[in-house]
Amino acid sequence: MYKEYKPNMAPFKNPMPEQEPLVRAHNFKEVAEGYTAEMAMDEAKRCLGCPTKPCVAHCPVNINIPDFIHEVALGNFEKAYEIISQSSALPAVCGRVCPQETQCEGKCTRGIGVDPKTKQPKEPVAIGRLERFVADYHNAHSKPEDIVRPESNGHKVAVIGSGPSGLTCAGDLAKKGYDVTIFEALHLAGGVLVYGIPEFRLPKSIVQKEVDNLKALGVKVETNMVIGRVITIDELLAEYHFEAVFIGSGAGLPRFLGIPGENLNGVYSANEFLTRTNLMKAYLADSNTPIQKAKNVAVVGGGNVAMDAARSALRLGAEHVYIIYRRSLEELPARKEEVHHAMQEGVDFQLLNNPVEIIGDENNNVKAMKVEVMKLGEPDASGRRKPISTGEFKEIEVDCVICSIGTSPNPLLRQTTKGLETNPHGCIITKTEGGLTTRDHVYAGGDAVTGAATVILAMGAGKHAAKAIDEEIMGAN
Amino acid sequence: MYKIVRKHVFNPTETLLEIEAPEIAKKAKPGQFIILRVDEEGERIPLTVGGYDREKGTVTIIFQIVGASTYKLNKLEEGDSLHDFVGPLGQPTELTGEKVCVVGGGLGTAIAYPIAKAFHDAGKDVTAIAGFRNKDLIILHDEFAAAAPGKYYEMTDDGSNGNKGNVCVPLEELLSKGEKFDKVICIGPVIMMKFVTLCCKKYNVPECVCSMNPIMIDGTGMCGCCRLTVGGKTKFACVDGPDFNAYEVDFDEAMTRGRMYKAFETKAYDEAKCNLYKKEAK
Repeated sequence: MYKEYKPNMAPFKNPMPEQEPLVRAHNFKEVAEGYTAEMAMDEAKRCLGCPTKPCVAHCPVNINIPDFIHEVALGNFEKAYEIISQSSALPAVCGRVCPQETQCEGKCTRGIGVDPKTKQPKEPVAIGRLERFVADYHNAHSKPEDIVRPESNGHKVAVIGSGPSGLTCAGDLAKKGYDVTIFEALHLAGGVLVYGIPEFRLPKSIVQKEVDNLKALGVKVETNMVIGRVITIDELLAEYHFEAVFIGSGAGLPRFLGIPGENLNGVYSANEFLTRTNLMKAYLADSNTPIQKAKNVAVVGGGNVAMDAARSALRLGAEHVYIIYRRSLEELPARKEEVHHAMQEGVDFQLLNNPVEIIGDENNNVKAMKVEVMKLGEPDASGRRKPISTGEFKEIEVDCVICSIGTSPNPLLRQTTKGLETNPHGCIITKTEGGLTTRDHVYAGGDAVTGAATVILAMGAGKHAAKAIDEEIMGAN
Repeated sequence: MYKIVRKHVFNPTETLLEIEAPEIAKKAKPGQFIILRVDEEGERIPLTVGGYDREKGTVTIIFQIVGASTYKLNKLEEGDSLHDFVGPLGQPTELTGEKVCVVGGGLGTAIAYPIAKAFHDAGKDVTAIAGFRNKDLIILHDEFAAAAPGKYYEMTDDGSNGNKGNVCVPLEELLSKGEKFDKVICIGPVIMMKFVTLCCKKYNVPECVCSMNPIMIDGTGMCGCCRLTVGGKTKFACVDGPDFNAYEVDFDEAMTRGRMYKAFETKAYDEAKCNLYKKEAK
C-alpha cells in the first residue's frame, strides 16, 4: 500500500475510450483511443503494490510493473517510461498487442474474486492500457533528435529481419555502442508489425517511430535485402566482417488447408490479404494495390491473425464476415479483447465448423464453402479439447476465403546456411538461452525459433540474444 | 535508390532498363527474377532478370507496358532512380542437357535470351524459337541469331516478317522430322507454354520446362499469392520456381488465377494514363 495516495478500490478497470463498433467497422483508424492522463492516474491507483508482484513474474520480459504504475499514479509519466524501458524496447507496441489476460493481468491480485454488487468477476489493473499510455505519452513528448548516440565500441553485428525480435536485439546492442545493421527483405522495416497487424490495432506511425529511434541510436536499416539470396550468412561473417549475426526472420510461410478448391480465385492466405491491405495499403481509396472487394467472407482460424483478417475484411466493405473455427469459443486462441471487438463489430463466429471444400463457380471464383459440423472430445496434446467429426455437413455462401491457420519459418536461411540446423517444423534450433544456433557466432530468436508466437516473446528473445552477443564479443576482446 | 544507367525503347510497348545494383549483379543467374517499385506508393513488380554485368554492377530488365505500374516505370529516363529493387529471387534455370530448344513468346523472349545465351556459352547445341504478334514487335533478333547460330526461328502471328504462325509451328516441324531435343524450355504467355508443352508431350521430348510468372507480392514465400498446382501439389512460383516441370503444371488454373485482378488493373491503367495526360495538359 502506498502512502502518497488512497488506493482506488473500484472493482473494474477504467473503461478504454473506443470508437463506436458500427462506426469503426468501416474505417481503419485505431479502435482503442487510449487513456487520458486523468484516467491513467486513476487506474494506476488501483494497483496496491502487493509484495508478491505476480504480474512481474508473468511478464515474459519481467517489466517492473508495480514501480512504473506507481509513477503513473504520481503523474511522473517520463519516470514510468524509464522504468519500462529498462526491460522492454517496444512498450507502445506491446501495450497494444500483448495478450495481457494470460500474462501480467492474468495473475493480478485485484482480479481475484467476484464483485458482490454486480456478481461479475473483478478486473485486474489495466496494466496493458497503462503501458500504452506511458509509451504514447513519451512518444508524443520526445523526438529522435533527443536520443544521444552512444560512443562506438567498434564491433559490427548484423541483424536479419526488422520485426519485434530484430528491432529489440538491434536496439539493445546499439545502446552498448555496437555498429548494428538490420537487413530487411521487404521495402519497409517493421516485419509483422507493418505487414501483418492492421492499422486499426497498431498504427504504423508507432512502428515508424520505433524504427526512427533506432536509427537515431546509429542503427543502419538496409531494406530490400533478402539474406540468403543477395548476401549469405557466411558472407556477412567472412566478407562483410560482422562479428555476430542475429536471425529474427520470423515465421512468414503461410500454411494452407489442403482441401479441394484452395487455388480458386478469391482464396487468400491471411498473409496475402493482410499484406495487400496493410503494407501495400489497399485500404486507401487511391491505392495501386488490387484486393478483392468481397461481399461474404469466410476467415478460417481462431488466432489473432484471423481476427485481424476478419475485421479488415469488414472495413474493406464486406457485408458478412464469418470466423470458421473447428473448436469452441473456449479454445479460441486469440486475445480476448480482439474476439470481443470482432463480435461487437458484427463478425459472425461459426464455431465447431471444419472446412472440407471450397466450391467455385464456372469462372473459378469462390461461391461457397462446405464445412463439417464438429463436436468436442477429449483434450489433445495441446491440452485443448479435440474436435471430432459428426458426419453433418453444411454449405456457407461466400465469395472470399481467407486461410489463417498458422505460419512456419521461411526455409531460405536454412537452405543457404550450411550447418544451421532446424527441427522438423523448420524452426531454427538454439542451444543456449541467448539463442546461439548450431553455427558459431550465429544467434536466432523469435518466431524463427519458436514458430508463430507473440510480439513480447520475440522481443524477449531479441533481448537475451543481444546480451549473449555482447558477452561473446566482449569475452573475445 | 537504384539508378537507371541505360534505357532502350524496343517499340511502343516494350522497354529495356539497365539498373545499377552491384550486389544483385554479383549473384543473379538466368531464370531468376527481381522485384521493383517505381516510387514510394508503388506496386511491387516482379520481372525476370534479362541480363547482368557483374563487372559494371548492373542488372537488365525488359518489361512490357501492361498496366498502371509498368506505364509509370516506362516514364522514367536514364539518370532517374527506382525506389526499390530486390533480388535475385527464385531458383536459377538448370542448365542441363546437351541439345536444347529455347522457346520464347512476346516479352518472354527477353527472358529466353539469357538462357539461350547461357547454354550457348556453355558449348551446348541450342535451337531458339521466338514468336511475336507482328514484325514491329520483334526484339533481340541479332542476339538470338548469335546464341543459336543457324538454328533461330522467328515467327509472327500476322506473318509480317514472312514467317506466319506461332512458335509451335517450327517446333512441331522440327520434332516431326525427327529432331531429338534433351530439353525444351518455354517462356511466354501461359497459353503459349501450354501448347508448347502439349507439342513436346506428343513427340515424347524427355524434359519440358516452363517459366511461370503469376501474380506476386513479396517474392520470398510469404504470401502464397503465386501458388500453382504442379503434379497435384501446391507450389509457390517465387521460391519453388519460377521454372517448373511443364508436364506437371496445371496451366488452365494458372490462366484463371492470372486474370484475378483484370478489371481492377484495366481501370488503374486507364486512370494512370488519364492522370498523366492531365499533368501534361497543365
